[in-house]
Amino acid sequence: MNQHNPTASQVQSFHPRAREALQNDQLRGNFRRAMDGLMGKRKAAFEGWDLESLRTLGAAVRQRALARLPDLLEQLESQLTSNGIQVHWATDADEACRIIRDICVAREARTVIKGKSMVSEEMELNHYLEAEGIEALESDLGEYIVQMAEQTPSHIIMPAIHMNTDEISELLHRKTGTDRSHDVNYLTASARQQLREKFMNADVGVSGVNFAVAETGTLCLVENEGNGRMTTTVPPCHIAVTGIEKVVPSLADVAPLLALLTRSATGQHLTTYFNMISRPRQPGEPDGPEAVHLVLVDNGRSGIYQDDELIDTLRCIRCGACMNHCPVYTRVGGHVYGTTYPGPIGSILMPHLLGLDETRHMPTASSLCGACGEVCPVKIPIPDLLVRLRRESVDGDSVHPGVVKGHGVKRGRWESLAWRGWQWMHANPGLYRTGTRMAARFRALQPASAGAWTRVRTAPRLAPKTLHQLMKQRADSNSSDNGGSR
Amino acid sequence: MTTDAIRLYPGKPEKVYFFGTCLVDLFYPGAGLAGIQLLEREGIQVLFPQDQTCCGQPAYTSGYYDEARAVAAAQLGLFKEDWPIVVPSGSCGGMMRKHYPDLFRDTPQSDRAKEVAGRVWELTDFLLNVCHVHLEDVGEPVTVAMHTSCSARREMGIAEVGPRLLQQLGNVTLVEQVRPEECCGFGGTFAVRHPEISAAMVGDKVQALADTGAREFVTTDCGCLMNINGHTEKAGQGIAGQHIASFLWERVSGQGGKS
Repeated sequence: MNQHNPTASQVQSFHPRAREALQNDQLRGNFRRAMDGLMGKRKAAFEGWDLESLRTLGAAVRQRALARLPDLLEQLESQLTSNGIQVHWATDADEACRIIRDICVAREARTVIKGKSMVSEEMELNHYLEAEGIEALESDLGEYIVQMAEQTPSHIIMPAIHMNTDEISELLHRKTGTDRSHDVNYLTASARQQLREKFMNADVGVSGVNFAVAETGTLCLVENEGNGRMTTTVPPCHIAVTGIEKVVPSLADVAPLLALLTRSATGQHLTTYFNMISRPRQPGEPDGPEAVHLVLVDNGRSGIYQDDELIDTLRCIRCGACMNHCPVYTRVGGHVYGTTYPGPIGSILMPHLLGLDETRHMPTASSLCGACGEVCPVKIPIPDLLVRLRRESVDGDSVHPGVVKGHGVKRGRWESLAWRGWQWMHANPGLYRTGTRMAARFRALQPASAGAWTRVRTAPRLAPKTLHQLMKQRADSNSSDNGGSR
Repeated sequence: MTTDAIRLYPGKPEKVYFFGTCLVDLFYPGAGLAGIQLLEREGIQVLFPQDQTCCGQPAYTSGYYDEARAVAAAQLGLFKEDWPIVVPSGSCGGMMRKHYPDLFRDTPQSDRAKEVAGRVWELTDFLLNVCHVHLEDVGEPVTVAMHTSCSARREMGIAEVGPRLLQQLGNVTLVEQVRPEECCGFGGTFAVRHPEISAAMVGDKVQALADTGAREFVTTDCGCLMNINGHTEKAGQGIAGQHIASFLWERVSGQGGKS
């Protein structure tokens, strides 16, 4: 079993992991600096743009594509097939891994070089292939570092953002013998040297896909390091892997999404490389892979597709802006979430991929400040979806029963009872007035300590009289005119 | 959680309903009273339904829709006439204006909820954009920082309102904190469910406010106020906050309106 499958104890350990991360000044500093930088770059990149209109357009493009998803996928398949690209369908991560393994085995491939792909992280493809005796090496610099450190990405765009130059230098020294250095260019050149050889010898290249264009059968890949181009052109076989939601109707749809993606992600007007792949090498062409495959992965996505609200999750173009702007993510980093996709988008996506029982900590790990929804280039209502998943976690709505896998997992007797009591108090105005009046009257008895709240704060102090009482007094002393009450 | 593309403000009414919110009721009644006095200063008669309790937000954001709906339903009947409903909170105002339609979706009260939601206004927004208030400052010179709540900023889309009101006050110097748009870490039950993360957030927020050099700050929401003030008090960081309504009333009336 190669699927990402955190055990119950991993899920339970969100709090300890968060505590540990908060106490790690180096880690907090790394994230704060990186997120501040990314927020600043994004802001500068959209300077002079009508961002609201562009986001509205981006959202509309994605919504329109999702509305026609089954048709577009069929069109994509037939177009790719006629272009000579073989299309495979995978229901879950395990099947997707098997498909890739089978392609490798049929070609007697022993080494795979990989471009960046979050879906392949979701599938834990590297581990799967390694267990089958096939070497899989990451070629995106961040992914390369993370793989070398035997970690997982802490950010979907910048996988090694949790490490600083010193830590990376030490790692490269330990693993590859590279001299220790503070010079980023030196370290990058060293990694490049190591990777270049791997590119030349790899049997298969595996990449992700940013947009799959149905009308033309074009796979678009956005990247900065040229490793994506190397991965998709140097080895004799290229396997692209993507979630089924990445399809768009036509090339015209790519322009606004690309404009939004690069600016939202890294604050770039355009990435250094933008690859458009539409067929394998043709007779007479000097280079390019002789075989190209596309693996379309569902892995829980079609389940969300059926729901009017949850479907919005599938609009995501994986820019990571929600993470960069999330005050919770910034404080604790990506590993604390314990899932492939961390941060706000992870918190609304992972429950569908793994079920709420294994991700129950995620929907609550947000102050609902709304920064994620505000910056999302395709206007995913992330805070609303977090609340929706909280409702699903506790099966809290008899009008709209839960549908997400693992719904109701957090419903506990005591918490339910507490909310029942709260309802009783607040749905009965007489009771509320009496209760609050008594609380105000006997406020001297209010405990000074209130659990975790008072560890870093003083307790809020009850006022001697409630606003209800003050307004009642005003009305009574003013009874000749009708103002002030009722 | 989308802000209105265009907000259509009503003309200045004769009367308004005032929904005080439970936090104001119990902990900051002075802020509620100040808000009411600011409205009355504009010649508006303020109706305070004594049967009001809570907007239902704590249960709603915790996922307990049934309980939230029962409490919210008890509020829907309080605003029988067509007057605007003014709320001294971006958060509770946001709950009523933005989330009541969702909460009552597919229920018999759906239309009523939408109708009520459409009449809900945050207090400072109402003062500035409906009453077109002119504030004459009678206070001593003072420097203040402002923390606009996330719900006022993003849900209600009124981040510019507080600063514009403060700028009307001749003796008040408004200073801006770093990362003004970052959350203070309250988030309702978030502060209880994730206390360590919340503590880290409020610690940074207090530092940002203290670094402005101001000794006072104002905010649109009592949740943020309780969180930030609680932390500054505990840590003795020498900056204290109040609700913006209390501050504005103090400046124009010359009366200390601390809640």
